Amino acid sequence: MDAYQQHPIRLRINGQDREFAVESWVTLLDLLRERAGMTGTKKGCDHGQCGACTVLLDGRRVNSCLTLAVMQDGHEVTTIEGLAQGTEADGALHPLQQAFIDHDAFQCGYCTPGQICSAAGLIAEGQARTFDDVRELMSGNICRCGAYPQISRAVGEVLGIAPAEPGNASGQQGFTTGSVLTS
Amino acid sequence: MNPFSFTQPKDIDGVLAAMAAGARPVAGGTNLLDLMKEGTMQPASVVDINAIATQGLDRIEEHEGGLRLGALARNADTAYHPLVRERYPLLSSAILAGASPQLRNMATNGGNLLQRTRCVYFYDVGTPCNKREPGTGCPAKAGINRQLGILGTSEQCIATHPSDMCVALRALDATVHVRSANGGERAIPFAEFHRLPGDRPDIDSNLQPGELITHIALPDAARFTGHSAYIKVRDRLSYAFALVSVAAALELDGDTVRDVRIALGGVAHKPWRVEEAERGLVGQPASEAAFAQAAERILQGARGYGQNDFKLVLAKNAIVQALTTAKRGTEAAKGVQQ
Repeated sequence: MDAYQQHPIRLRINGQDREFAVESWVTLLDLLRERAGMTGTKKGCDHGQCGACTVLLDGRRVNSCLTLAVMQDGHEVTTIEGLAQGTEADGALHPLQQAFIDHDAFQCGYCTPGQICSAAGLIAEGQARTFDDVRELMSGNICRCGAYPQISRAVGEVLGIAPAEPGNASGQQGFTTGSVLTS
Repeated sequence: MNPFSFTQPKDIDGVLAAMAAGARPVAGGTNLLDLMKEGTMQPASVVDINAIATQGLDRIEEHEGGLRLGALARNADTAYHPLVRERYPLLSSAILAGASPQLRNMATNGGNLLQRTRCVYFYDVGTPCNKREPGTGCPAKAGINRQLGILGTSEQCIATHPSDMCVALRALDATVHVRSANGGERAIPFAEFHRLPGDRPDIDSNLQPGELITHIALPDAARFTGHSAYIKVRDRLSYAFALVSVAAALELDGDTVRDVRIALGGVAHKPWRVEEAERGLVGQPASEAAFAQAAERILQGARGYGQNDFKLVLAKNAIVQALTTAKRGTEAAKGVQQ
């Protein structure tokens, strides 16, 4: 089979059915940015180490840099552009977007679309019980500006989980856990 | 990435035929695509095996007193599955200690076993590496080796296997079930699945070309459920590969060890387990002194390569810590991280 073949694919991106013809090596991230016009999703490391490219694939958070567009034929993608349910006219934001603004949960903003999509996935997964769980389960998103405390508080607020007071951490000895198995 | 032909067969026979013809299978893609971007791996042909997941390969189900984990079940779905959480908390903890939530949503159980080493020389195509290009040499032995092996290394290679999940699977005596074209099937005990580098570091496992992992079988481990712990020591609190990790499981009779399992990650080309050291602990009091003695036995023959010398001490301490934590009880172990 021809390595340079164009593969016809169909994806539902932010509620719209879109058709593309892609080479085998095109990642979902590059398709979103370069061919679908969805540049909200960012390319950070392109190696699954930073989380800037996080999108929701069939409702689950994934690194869009580490999957091929052709592998996602027939699947549904939600990016930062499609997260808010409001219209352009009413300007209503997703609760996470509002919480990030309220908590000043960014500086340069480059990681923010990935952070928010990741947080949306975290909430859908329903595994976080404590503030330390939130921190651990947001660990796949790097913020070089170091806005982690604000990001954790923003996500915690939407989940209804308050930060632990210093010296009264929910985890032991102030470590994050790695094992979110409290239920 | 190099150009490659791509197919997505709808049934397992189509997948096995493509693999028999030399196609490289992709499932989660979290390691293979990364390696292809680096040029470390350049398959001419890739076969997407995700379409066959619904043919029983993504299930987690009870089987012969234990569990069968489908090769195409995602790591996250495995770790959070009620049967896994309840009966194999050691496996849940190990999986959740690895990678990030996004990667665990993508990565599959079969792919986790087949991860390649994260040695920087293996990744950097501008340097020699016996694993990537046999016969070119191993700069890691006298180079950047903080992450690398101290046990079972060879003149050719000191790479480590990066998986957390596999360390628990080794401790739990899992079996890997594989299938190949023309109806070939076999079961590989976990101890024999991965191999040591020896003089063929380019070969990571005893999986033969054309063989597809269909599922991983776990035997009953109810006696260990109450006292198990996965300890992972790394350079940051989360989302980093292990410097040393330990999967420990105890069956206790009062304060006496009735049975024990100890497997190490981050120290060798495969999960490291010394069954003789476990036998030596049976019948002993579950004390720090006895745990330290077992740790000495497990680390016998270990050697450092400079930057990773600290692992010789760290591994022993981590073993004692893991067994002490397991003794306190699985519930207490949750949340402990060093």
